[in-house]
Amino acid sequence: MIGVISYLVFFSTVAAILAIAVLGLNLQWGNTGLFNGGVVAFFGAGAYATLIFGGTPQEGQLGGFALPYPLALLGGMFVAGVMAWIVGILTLRLRHDYLAIATFGVAVAFENLMRNAEALAGGAQGLRGFERPLFDALGGGLAYNSLFLICVLVLLLAVYVFLERLIRSPFGRLLRAIREDETAARSLGKNPARIRLTSFITGSVIMGMSGGLYGTFYAFISPQDVLPILTFQIWAMLIVGGAGNNRGAVAGAFLIWGAWTASGWALSRFAPQEVQLYTGSVQFILIGFVIVGMLLWRPQGLFEEKLVVSQQGRTATKELQGDRR
Amino acid sequence: MDDTILSLRGITRDFGPFRAVDDVSLDIERGSITGLIGPNGAGKTTLFNVLTGALEPTAGSVMLNGRDVTGLAPDHLFSAGLGRTFQIPRPFARMSVLENVMLAPGGQVGERLHGPFLQSASMHRQETTIRDRAIEVLDFVTLLPLADQAAGQISGGQMKLLELARVLMGDPQVILLDEPAAGVNPTLTKLLISKIEELNRQGRTFVIIEHDMDFVMQHCTPVIALAEGRVVFRGTPEEAQKDPLLLEAYLGAVAVD
Ligand SMILES: Nc1ncnc2c1ncn2[C@@H]1O[C@H](COP(=O)(O)OP(=O)(O)OP(=O)(O)O)[C@@H](O)[C@H]1O
Ligand SMILES: [Mg+2]
Repeated sequence: MIGVISYLVFFSTVAAILAIAVLGLNLQWGNTGLFNGGVVAFFGAGAYATLIFGGTPQEGQLGGFALPYPLALLGGMFVAGVMAWIVGILTLRLRHDYLAIATFGVAVAFENLMRNAEALAGGAQGLRGFERPLFDALGGGLAYNSLFLICVLVLLLAVYVFLERLIRSPFGRLLRAIREDETAARSLGKNPARIRLTSFITGSVIMGMSGGLYGTFYAFISPQDVLPILTFQIWAMLIVGGAGNNRGAVAGAFLIWGAWTASGWALSRFAPQEVQLYTGSVQFILIGFVIVGMLLWRPQGLFEEKLVVSQQGRTATKELQGDRR
Repeated sequence: MDDTILSLRGITRDFGPFRAVDDVSLDIERGSITGLIGPNGAGKTTLFNVLTGALEPTAGSVMLNGRDVTGLAPDHLFSAGLGRTFQIPRPFARMSVLENVMLAPGGQVGERLHGPFLQSASMHRQETTIRDRAIEVLDFVTLLPLADQAAGQISGGQMKLLELARVLMGDPQVILLDEPAAGVNPTLTKLLISKIEELNRQGRTFVIIEHDMDFVMQHCTPVIALAEGRVVFRGTPEEAQKDPLLLEAYLGAVAVD
């Protein structure tokens, strides 16, 4: 019983952390139409920077500044934002597929840099020497993990509320207009360049928070954690949940992470030995099927984007394609 | 002349070796409804695109209210008082009709990232004003019953009206309409004309590209004809109907009846 609860806590923590990243992607893609193919770079920047800012000093390595944890996490988000700012200025003129390719390249470069820059990030060994906040005080174990889960859920909720408020405001209206038709938005006096950059940075800061929490949870981050597969997983979560819908983004994160872990377990349990060697690859293929299948059969995702209708001082939402109330 | 609101001098636009607009000089009178006609490919839309900053001119200059606005970006030109609609409507498809219209006003504090959080009181005040005005404008173009509909799902003619509504929200002095009546049924066209004339009486200047000769001849003065990128005629509708060159080149079919 305790084993099951422990596992559920563990599972939910990872799923909730990833859900934060999916929310960040939803701001960029779902609301602004920015195709970020390098989610993992901003996630990774947040993770590495949080551990560098908050970790204990390690020999021959940058960092170990041992900052108080909230500062370390904010620092991680800040670094992810600065990276997004630089990448954004260079690439946001690019349209859809080109932006995707450019950001994908950034993510691959980031992983390679982390893998090789030992003085900066511990190289292939990854970053160690991070002491999880309050870990000793609580003696670790289930109590600690439960508390950590609660903190992650509170942050998830905060990000969710922040984004909901944002996308119901004129800011969100502007993002959607740019997503729908940039030329028309310009002809109505709007400056897409500025707002695209703002959206890209904001989404990336949220991804950085997700990465920072991820690194905190494992007290460790290595190049293995910032492989392209994570970008695909996060995209699958958004597509399955429903781009443009924050509730869908969160639901998609839990669903896909559940399917991912379940498929891993099932493969290790039931698949023949020869197949088990390729568990990772098989899962890779499965997630590809999920993305393609969803795009074919239900492109709007499980939770469809809601239309913002705001009559008589009241803002409400309504199904985009469904019948009228 | 001081009653010129929009003045073009030597506007030329090339696409590679092809000259779409060729040395066009025009003065648009303040308070006029100017009709712009010409065969397909004459360069009418291209001229609009140059005027509104969507395209850079290869040569020439544009003055709006005596101010040189050549090469300004479309967003700046809209703020300067020049609004336009598109020949092929460009609705924000997955947004409600109301949101489409509420987008247009400038200077919205809620359009900044911190607006909804740090300036929420003034944002809400602005939103109320903008919403009231949007409802007014939608009512004006008879789209109010569709306010909560996705803009991508309304009819083509309604999209034309939506384009007009969006432009009106910005309160421009000069409104460029690219074939507002194309694909719009006669009843709706009549309505559109009455709306244009009402707005014109309130002081707005219109430049209208239109292939519907009845529309142009009855409601536009002056009429300007473009052919192969050049201005080939400028005068009243009566003169247009008597001009031998125009009759031959463009109005042949109309002149018979
Ligand atoms: N972006 C572009 N690139 C290349 N050629 C273009 C471009 N836009 C327009 N043209 C060319 O310029 C010429 C004028 O086109 P334009 O759209 O201005 O015509 P128009 O007078 O609006 O015609 P219509 O009545 O059919 O709308 C056409 O021959 C067209 O092919
Ligand atoms: Mg045209």
